[in-house]
Amino acid sequence: MIEGFVALYIFMLAAFTGYEVISKVPVILHTPLMSGSNFVHGIVLVGTMVALGHAETGMQQLVGFVAVILAAGNAVGGYVVTERMLEMFKSSKGNQ
Amino acid sequence: MSFIINLAYFAAAVLFIVGLKQMASPVTARRGIVWAGWGMVLATVVTFLHPEVVGFVNYLLILLGIGIGGSLAWYTGKRVAMTDMPQMIALYNGMGGGAAAGIGIVALMQADTLAWTTQFIAVLGIIIGSVAFSGSLIAFAKLQGLIKKSIRFDRQQKINLGVLGGTLLLGLIIAFSGSQVNGTLLLLFVLLALAFGVLMTIPIGGADMPVIISLYNALTGLAVGFKGLVLDNAALMIAGVVVGSAGTLLTQLMAKAMNRPLSNVLFSQFGETATEEQGEITGTLKPIEASDAGIMMAYANKVIIVPGYGMAVAQAQHKIWELTQRLQERGVDVKFAIHPVAGRMPGHMNVLLAEAGVPYDLIYDLDEINTEFKTADVAVVIGANDVVNPVARTNPESPIYGMPILNVDEAKNVIVIKRGKGAGFSGVENHLFYADNTRMLYGDGQKVAGELVAAVKGLG
Repeated sequence: MIEGFVALYIFMLAAFTGYEVISKVPVILHTPLMSGSNFVHGIVLVGTMVALGHAETGMQQLVGFVAVILAAGNAVGGYVVTERMLEMFKSSKGNQ
Repeated sequence: MSFIINLAYFAAAVLFIVGLKQMASPVTARRGIVWAGWGMVLATVVTFLHPEVVGFVNYLLILLGIGIGGSLAWYTGKRVAMTDMPQMIALYNGMGGGAAAGIGIVALMQADTLAWTTQFIAVLGIIIGSVAFSGSLIAFAKLQGLIKKSIRFDRQQKINLGVLGGTLLLGLIIAFSGSQVNGTLLLLFVLLALAFGVLMTIPIGGADMPVIISLYNALTGLAVGFKGLVLDNAALMIAGVVVGSAGTLLTQLMAKAMNRPLSNVLFSQFGETATEEQGEITGTLKPIEASDAGIMMAYANKVIIVPGYGMAVAQAQHKIWELTQRLQERGVDVKFAIHPVAGRMPGHMNVLLAEAGVPYDLIYDLDEINTEFKTADVAVVIGANDVVNPVARTNPESPIYGMPILNVDEAKNVIVIKRGKGAGFSGVENHLFYADNTRMLYGDGQKVAGELVAAVKGLG
């Protein structure tokens, strides 16, 4: 169990981490980065799996099932488009 | 077993943060997304061993759900055109928001096992996730052209406020209703939250959509973080909150680049003052032929190309890159200047140029290149308009006044490639087009770029 204040510390540190990691990003990467961060919150998939995993009634299973579909879409879609965009970035000095 | 699971979640969290960090530089960005991807695979696989995942049917449903959602997203993600990227990101993001809301709904259906604080956080997460879900869907529909107008009606803001108030009230009732949550009330609550997302997004114009998509991205992150708290899952908490704060910063950067404070984007109605008189226009529009423009560039020392979304719509970026290569062969110094809002989202134009093969070290953003226009022989504006309009510097009456612009007018010669006459996205007349050193090159971007290539080639 993550106790109240420990949770608060995690929230606080994660918030600063996110801010710091992004603050040095050049504008040219803003779109792939938004897409990349969109992929990272696809971790919600893990949450939906647990929610569906201990669903007890048919209704809970239905909601959980829809949630898993949506979350998988978030994770997979976010990855595919981010990877496609970043793959294209190359330097004129590198191999073309 | 729980040790292995926790270790895997921990590793995933580290991979996400390191991955995001690597995405901050074009050199390592590709590796960054791959690392984050492995983090996701690890976390997902290990969750099948989670002690709370029980029952054969549930396992089957999980596999089926991942299969359906994953393959649909894989298929669409591989096929989407680079120009349509912003709305696709909005769509995937909305799915994440909906998933977060779904976790909260399931948790509240099992409210007998929850502490009231957890219940309260679940309610918050449902509101944020639902708004991000329905709002992102509207943003997708708008950018995809399914909804063409900004829908506004009388007393809109009061109605929106009322819906939000109702959502919050129902949410509070649910949060404090103890171990038995009324199903009808819960349904009504979710519907109201979804309605608020729709109502909040429909009046916002297409130009402001990137900021909204970014905002919903941050909101989804936050909702996921809250769900991590509900499910007692640190990986969700960390990844969600990191995205929440990173997304908030990104939203601010975008709003700032567009000179549109976030409150304006959300609550004001852009474009309504834009039809007013914008001051005296002096000079005339002076057309030029592609062959002359090509020669002008070929004998220049330095050419700066300013691409806008119009270039991508005309699919001219490949021809522009070919033109660049021909000019480079002649020893011309060619650079690309990208305004933060070029394309439909900051960085979108870079993606479109990268797709055409333009190396990123030829591409400069506003702050890096704005002082260089003075030394440029030719500035070529293709498919851009408002971002090079000098009235943003000179006329306080103009709706775009104060927006940082590219100082194209300082170049010795300016060539504007444009489909036809007419104002830009904001509806403001562009004084640059009438300037003494500006020549207008009318025509379809791709065709004109092809003619320019031929003109430069013709010089041998």
